[in-house]
Amino acid sequence: MVLAYLLSVIFTQPVVTMEAEAIQPVALRPVANLKAKDTPNDAGQSIDLSWELSPDSARVKRYEVYRAESAKGPFEKIVEFLVPTTAYTDADTLLRNKKDYYYRVDVVGELESRASSEIAGPVQAKPEWFNTNRIPVLVFAVVYGLLLILYIEFAKRDREMFVRRIAGLDAIDEAVGRSTEMGKPILFSFGIGYLTDVATLAALSILRRVARRAAEYETRILVPNYDPIVMTAAQETVKQAFSEAGRPDLYQEGDITFLTADQFGYAAGVNGIMLREKPGTVFLQGVFYAEALILAETAHSVGAIQIAGTNMATQLPFFIAACDYTLIGEELFAASAYLDRDPQLLGSLKSEDIAKLITVGLIVVVSVVGTIGAVLTSVSGESGILRSLTEFFNSGFERLVSFLTTS
Amino acid sequence: MNFSTILGIWIAATLTIAILSFLYRDNPLYKFAEHLYVGVSVAYWVIYAAKFTMEQMVVNVFADNWQAFLETGSATAFLEAWILVIPTALGFLMLTRWFGPRVGWLSRWPIAFTIGRGAGLGITGSIQGILLPQVQATFLPLWTPDLWQVVANLLLFIGVISTIIYFYFSRPHKGLLGGVSRVGITFIMVSFGAAFGYTVMSRVSLLIGRLYFLVYDWIVGTVDFFKALL
Repeated sequence: MVLAYLLSVIFTQPVVTMEAEAIQPVALRPVANLKAKDTPNDAGQSIDLSWELSPDSARVKRYEVYRAESAKGPFEKIVEFLVPTTAYTDADTLLRNKKDYYYRVDVVGELESRASSEIAGPVQAKPEWFNTNRIPVLVFAVVYGLLLILYIEFAKRDREMFVRRIAGLDAIDEAVGRSTEMGKPILFSFGIGYLTDVATLAALSILRRVARRAAEYETRILVPNYDPIVMTAAQETVKQAFSEAGRPDLYQEGDITFLTADQFGYAAGVNGIMLREKPGTVFLQGVFYAEALILAETAHSVGAIQIAGTNMATQLPFFIAACDYTLIGEELFAASAYLDRDPQLLGSLKSEDIAKLITVGLIVVVSVVGTIGAVLTSVSGESGILRSLTEFFNSGFERLVSFLTTS
Repeated sequence: MNFSTILGIWIAATLTIAILSFLYRDNPLYKFAEHLYVGVSVAYWVIYAAKFTMEQMVVNVFADNWQAFLETGSATAFLEAWILVIPTALGFLMLTRWFGPRVGWLSRWPIAFTIGRGAGLGITGSIQGILLPQVQATFLPLWTPDLWQVVANLLLFIGVISTIIYFYFSRPHKGLLGGVSRVGITFIMVSFGAAFGYTVMSRVSLLIGRLYFLVYDWIVGTVDFFKALL
C-alpha cells in the first residue's frame, strides 16, 4: 500500500506539472461579421449592432462591446454579456445624432485572453421622420378618416339616421324627472379621468344633456371633480346647457367643484356628499378604477337611481351589479350622437360602425385563409397542386398577420 | 418599537376604524376622517404640483437650458428653454376665469388644446395599442391538429366577432344580427363575471391586509410596546 502510494505520488507529480504548463491563455477567435447601423424607425440616439458568435464560443467567458468616436480610439466599454449574445442596441443617452461612432466587440476567455473583432463604423444615429412599422396605423386612420368625412356628409343630408336603442341613455330624462319629483339634487361624477380620456369627453356630452334637463326641471346638479381641468370643462358645459335651456339664472358655479386629485380621497369626498345631500339620481360616467363600487354602493344606500357608464372593463362588472343602468364601453362613446343627433356626431358613429364591419370582414377573411392553409397542410403530399395551394394560403396568412404587426 | 412608530400606528388604526365605521352609518368620526383625508390629499397634490410640475418641469428646465444657451450658444438649448412659454401661458390662461366673463373666455383655449390633444393622441393610441393587436390576435386558423386549440381558437373567433356586432348601432338588433349580438353580450357577461370574481378576491385580500394591520401592528404591537416599557 505504502509503495503504491509513493509510486502514485512520484508518477502523478510530473503530470500536474504538465497541466500547469498547459494552462496558458489559449488564443480565441473573435466574433465575425460585426455590423453597426442606425436603429430604424426611431427618434435617433440609437445604433443597432449585430455579429456572429466566435467559433470558440464554448470557451468564451464574456462578450464586451466597445465604442469610440474615432477608428483609432480610445474605445470605451459600454456593455458586457456573460452569455452568448449576437446583438445589442446602443441607446446610451450620451449618444449624439449625426455623429460618427465606431464599435468593436471583444471576446474574453480563460485567464483574460481576448480577441477583438474588426472595427465597425463609422455609423451615425439618425432620427426618422416616419416609422414604417406604423403604416397599418396610418392605413386604418386614413380609411377611418375618409369614412368619417363621407358619413358626416350623409348625416347632414339625413338627420334621422337610425341609431339602435340604448337603454341607459333613454333613462336619463326619467332619472332627472325622478330627482325633480323627489325634490332632491342630481349628482354627476366623472370618476378619476382626465380631459385627455375619451371616456371623459363622452361623459361631458352626457352631462350637457343631464344639465339641460336639470335646468328645464329647475333641479340642482352637483358635479364634484377629481381633476381641475375637467372641473373647468364641466363648469363650461353646465353653464352652456343652462343657457340653452333658457335658465342661465339657475347656474351655480359652486355646485361644480374640485374635491381632490387623490383617488380614495375623492371617493371619500363624493361618498360624504351623497350621504349629506341625498341625491335622487347619480350619474357615474367616465373613467373609474377601484372607487367604482364604493361610489355605486353608497349611491344605492341613499336610494338614488344610478346610471353608470365607463370603458374600464375591470369596473364594468361592478357597475352592472350595483347600478340601474350601465353604458358599456362603446355605448358611452355613442351617447353624444344618440342624445344630440348632431350630424358630425352621427356621422362619426356611423363611420365607426362601418369600420367595425370592415374589421369583422378582415378577421373572417384572414381566419378562413389560415384555416384553409392549415387543413391543406394536414392533407397535402410532397408535390402537386395541393402543395402549391398550401404554400399559397400559408404564406398569405403569414403576410396578412405580419402586416398588422406594429411597434 | 419606539414611541413615534407606535403613535403613527395608533393614528393609522384610529383613522381606519373611523372610515370603517361608515359600514354602520354616517357619523361624526367618519366625517372627521373623510374631511381630514380630502384636506390632506388636496394639500399633498398642491405641493406635488408646485414642486414636481412647476419647479422641476418648468422653472428648473428653463433655468438649465437658459444657462446652457448662455454658456454654449446652443440653439437647441435656447429653443428648449423658450418652448416652455407655450404650456406656461396655457396654464396662466386657465386662471383668467378668476377675473370674470370679460377675460374668462380665454380659459377655453387651454381646454380646447387639452381636448384636441387628447382626442388626437387617443385615436392613434387606440388603433396602435388596442385595435390592431386585438385584430391580429384574432387572426387564427380554425383548424389545428390539437382539438383543444381548435376549441380555443373558435371561442376567441366567435367571441370577438359577436362582441363587435353587439356594439353595432346602425341597425336594429333583430333576426340574425340580434342573434349574433345576444351571443356577444353573453361573452361580455361571462368575461365580466370572471373579472368580478377576480377583483372581489383582490379586494378581500386588501381587507385581510387591513385587518392584519389592526390585529398585529396595532393591538399586538401596542401590547409589546407596553411590555417593553414595563
